[in-house]
Amino acid sequence: MSTTEAGGRIAIEVTVNGTRHRREVEPRLLLVQLLREDLRLTGTHIGCDTTYCGACTVIVDGEPVKSCTMLAVQADGAEILTVEGLARDGELHPLQRAFSENHGLQCGYCTPGMLMSAHALLARNPDPDRKQIRKGIQGNLCRCTGYHNIIAAIDAAAAAMREGK
Amino acid sequence: MYPAPFRYHRAATVEEAIARLVEIGEGARALAGGQTLLVWLKMRFDEPTDLVDIGRLPGLRDIEQEAGRVRIGALATHARIARAPLARQIPIVGDCASGIADNQVRSRGTIGGSLAAGDPSCDWPVLLTTLDAEVHCRGPSGTRTLPADGFVQDLYATRLEHGELVTGVSFALPGKGSAGAYVGFKRCAPAFPTSSVGVQLTLNGDDCTEARIALGSAGLTTIRAKAAEAELRGRTLGAGVIAKAAAAAAAAAEPVADQRGSPAFKRSLIDALVKRGVEVARRRARGETVEVSHEYY
Ligand SMILES: Cc1cc2nc3c(=O)[nH]c(=O)nc-3n(C[C@H](O)[C@H](O)[C@H](O)COP(=O)(O)OP(=O)(O)OC[C@H]3O[C@@H](n4cnc5c(N)ncnc54)[C@H](O)[C@@H]3O)c2cc1C
Ligand code: FES
Ligand code: FES
Repeated sequence: MSTTEAGGRIAIEVTVNGTRHRREVEPRLLLVQLLREDLRLTGTHIGCDTTYCGACTVIVDGEPVKSCTMLAVQADGAEILTVEGLARDGELHPLQRAFSENHGLQCGYCTPGMLMSAHALLARNPDPDRKQIRKGIQGNLCRCTGYHNIIAAIDAAAAAMREGK
Repeated sequence: MYPAPFRYHRAATVEEAIARLVEIGEGARALAGGQTLLVWLKMRFDEPTDLVDIGRLPGLRDIEQEAGRVRIGALATHARIARAPLARQIPIVGDCASGIADNQVRSRGTIGGSLAAGDPSCDWPVLLTTLDAEVHCRGPSGTRTLPADGFVQDLYATRLEHGELVTGVSFALPGKGSAGAYVGFKRCAPAFPTSSVGVQLTLNGDDCTEARIALGSAGLTTIRAKAAEAELRGRTLGAGVIAKAAAAAAAAAEPVADQRGSPAFKRSLIDALVKRGVEVARRRARGETVEVSHEYY
């Protein structure tokens, strides 16, 4: 049993986008706060207080989660992928390129979460049909695009990734 | 949006978790996936002094079959169940698991937490009541098994005692001629259902020998629609019989007015969902593959 005293901190270790971090955190610290405020990875957004919007979506041990509804202490030992981890050596990830080319964003607020949900979808299903794409982003709200171009972008990215581009 | 401070304990064993919950008393809560509890803490609906994290307890996430029974560990997530072979083998289980919330919530939320939350809008208590399942519990005074039917007693109240944990659920594999469907309606994936209905029928052709129907988001607890079951049991399914059962289910519901709709709207929804559930169960009993789940726009 590991335990904290009142107001005390607990040591955790997380690997974010391949880099290992050790921190002493307050138990009430949300994963999204750890990412944004402590690790300064502000690509992960906060769009609501109610676990609805999905702007905070990151991938924890291969599963998409809403990082506003997970404690940092629950992520102890986990491998986390955030939107900052998508691009490699200055090259955009195929999903990012497809969102750009297909106008899959307007204000961009929902985009990091959309990208991470799409990433989780394509990891399990590299060739989704349009209905499966819609289901893949069912937990992400967009107030600008009407979703149409987001779906087109994910479809295009899936095709590009299947061709190894 | 931030929870008030609390102490955090990470239990290594079920015994340790129970002992700590009992030792701390009133202010302690178990934390599983956090998809209900953390939402409450962020909104400050609840301000526990201590959280006992049971999320990493070993041996509680397995999905097994033995001697004609299915057993699911309390920490099995909605996503894990939705992806398990069980979800295709017993389609009503897949309907329920894959219809809960959205991908992200399903990654974390657990079947045990869904029961223990005592939330009439949670789907697992409804599905498990439909399947006449048992809930396996372990607490300070040992282990016991409770029926899923009646497990949720009132709004946010279950039969669990303080310090008692759900360790798993089990139910009999549906027998020959037995098929079901779990259908619901909600406004969008991350919303709780406006109404949901579980239907399990045993059919011989169109003759219904056994029926179980349970309703979710239809009152302050899970509601078993016994009068609706009686309309089907021993009858030959036809439009008239099904309509009577649907009307009986709508009458058994005790919906409250909220932002999801008026009681009258919810009753008409339940009427329609029972008809759809019976129709899908009937087609599945004939061997058809039918995909259903929560509908939303
Ligand atoms: C946006 C959103 C939409 C949702 N939509 C739906 C929906 O459509 N349908 C649906 O069914 N649910 C829905 N949910 C709820 C979700 O299914 C939760 O995952 C589930 O209700 C709770 O499981 P958990 O593991 O997250 O429990 P937690 O949040 O960790 O715990 C919930 C409660 O149960 C207690 N508890 C947890 N596990 C145990 C245990 N094993 N033994 C004893 N006590 C325990 C805790 O102390 C707490 O009081 C939604 C949630 C969100 C955030
Ligand atoms: S910030 Fe909206 S779901 Fe997390
Ligand atoms: S692009 Fe503005 S919210 Fe989606």
